[in-house]
Amino acid sequence: MIQILSMAFRDLGRNRRRSFFSALAVAMGLAMLMLLAGFLNGEMGGAVDTAVRLQSGHLQVRANNYDENKTSMKWEDLIENPDQVAAKIAALAPVSVASPRLFASGIAVIGDKSAGVRVIGIDPASAANNPYREGVLSGTFLTADDNNGVLLGQPLADKLGLKAGDTFSLSVNTSNGDVDEQPFTVRGVYTTGTGGFDGATIFMSLAKAQAITQTQKHASTIFVMLKDKDQTDAVAAALKSPNLQVLTWKKMNALTLQTEDLANSYMIFFYLIILGITATVIVNTLIMAVFERTREIGILMAIGMKGRRIMAMFLTESALLAVGGILIGLVLGGLVVAYFTYVGFHIGNIGYTGVMLSDTIHANLTPAALVNLLIMTFIITLLAGLYPAWMASHMQPVEALHGGK
Amino acid sequence: MEVAKVENVTRVYKIGKVETQALRGVNLSIESGEFTALVGPSGSGKTTLLQLLGCLDQPTSGNVSINGKNVSNLNRDQRADMRRGTLGFIFQFYALIPTLSAYENVEMPLLLASHSASERRERVLQLLEAVGLADRANNRPDQMSGGQQQRVAIARALATKPSLILADEPTANLDTINGEQVMEIMAKLNRETGVTFVFATHDPRVIKFAKRIVTLSDGLITADERVVAAAQPA
Repeated sequence: MIQILSMAFRDLGRNRRRSFFSALAVAMGLAMLMLLAGFLNGEMGGAVDTAVRLQSGHLQVRANNYDENKTSMKWEDLIENPDQVAAKIAALAPVSVASPRLFASGIAVIGDKSAGVRVIGIDPASAANNPYREGVLSGTFLTADDNNGVLLGQPLADKLGLKAGDTFSLSVNTSNGDVDEQPFTVRGVYTTGTGGFDGATIFMSLAKAQAITQTQKHASTIFVMLKDKDQTDAVAAALKSPNLQVLTWKKMNALTLQTEDLANSYMIFFYLIILGITATVIVNTLIMAVFERTREIGILMAIGMKGRRIMAMFLTESALLAVGGILIGLVLGGLVVAYFTYVGFHIGNIGYTGVMLSDTIHANLTPAALVNLLIMTFIITLLAGLYPAWMASHMQPVEALHGGK
Repeated sequence: MEVAKVENVTRVYKIGKVETQALRGVNLSIESGEFTALVGPSGSGKTTLLQLLGCLDQPTSGNVSINGKNVSNLNRDQRADMRRGTLGFIFQFYALIPTLSAYENVEMPLLLASHSASERRERVLQLLEAVGLADRANNRPDQMSGGQQQRVAIARALATKPSLILADEPTANLDTINGEQVMEIMAKLNRETGVTFVFATHDPRVIKFAKRIVTLSDGLITADERVVAAAQPA
């Protein structure tokens, strides 16, 4: 085996430039796969995490007849005494935090500018709202007794030309079907890094939201975060009650998960295309090598080398190209992935509603995904060597000695 | 003792629809220790006969036996085993592996025959010494002259102590001095070790070393003479 390895290594050294570029093809393929996998995982994996953190939580508990699409403000569609319900849920061991929220739709107006918005009433003191608190760019976060302050997402503030301290008018649907309009002060401007969410969401204290929508002591949902998301189904089962519906993060983010599945499927095609191109380069290199060394193959056969050993020799060359390519690819891909992990790739708000895509994609290549890619690249490169190796091992000694003529 | 036997052997090559009869019913027996030249013009069937004796090819009809074993119908692996253990080859074009040193080229058949490292080392150094290239052990083929490369090929052919060494025009690419040198080495090894040589040639300078001259013409043996006192150099 050592001799075969040594011969294969020297054979690759005969045409160093060709061997280098073949290994480079493997390297570029691997680097590209690493980047694609990193981006996909960074974007889609991030999308689910972002959606859970900012929007869905791991669980939501709502009144049985609450229809999210209608953003109903009717008392019978809402949860009564949400603080008590939330406190009961929060008392469960797997629950990290449970906090009531009230959703309403409205229109923000300043001068001749207006924007349709989603108003969310939150308990400013709850840890569930930390992501918004941490995202405050200017001004301050809300307090429970803030009676006319709101938080505006940065794109919305930019669109309306508002900054912290400015006042604007907000019209909101109420529980009796009317619209109530009140002036509000921009207490702070926040970002979650998700343009689609920030551009349409206004936060105010739950008490104020209940007051303006005339939904006293009612909330649309109890937002629940768990200590371990694997406990979701167990907690959902525990919370089941005749008057309440319990939605899991999987159900609430079905579109995101479907998009992730779709993206993964597409990615397999990309993988195959990239690996197919890489394999073609390797096949070409080794076939050239077989043609160039036909007479030598004949000599080796003449001195008694068996076909399978000749096959092993060419497969070893293929394996060496794979290892060389993988090492170069790890360096190239590692650098590129590291850059996009820390700096990210700004895509802006691509306006894909229903999926919380971040404005900036940060690559996230997990060790498991990397190992998969390395194994896949190695196997494909090795497989690419099969045909040339088979060709070499099945030559007739006499013909090979005459250079294949 | 009979090392090789060819009985009623024919070999027909088909190229497209054209059939060429390279051998038309050849009978030949090679005894141990012989130094036989196969002579004849190009296309007479010398190389084809050598290839059949060397288990590199199979006859269309008839039988070829090596050391009493019929090798005509062996499969690829069995023929490879036969070549590795019993036969040695010397080709016109030196036929060394360019990436390997002289030492490694000679060592290769021993590696394939699974000899131990110490056995290999001892045998390779002994053979390189025998062909006068002990000081060239680490040189690669491109660092040696044609004559030196052919001497390495002779050493390699002898590596596994084969019963029969087949040489196809071994001096064709060498100048007179190197050609003579190579033939002298082959003749000396034949004398000293008793290894059997069969070589195809149409070079009179080579033929003069032969103890037996088999003449082929149009795929048939037309003469078979034993040279009683071969013109061996002193």
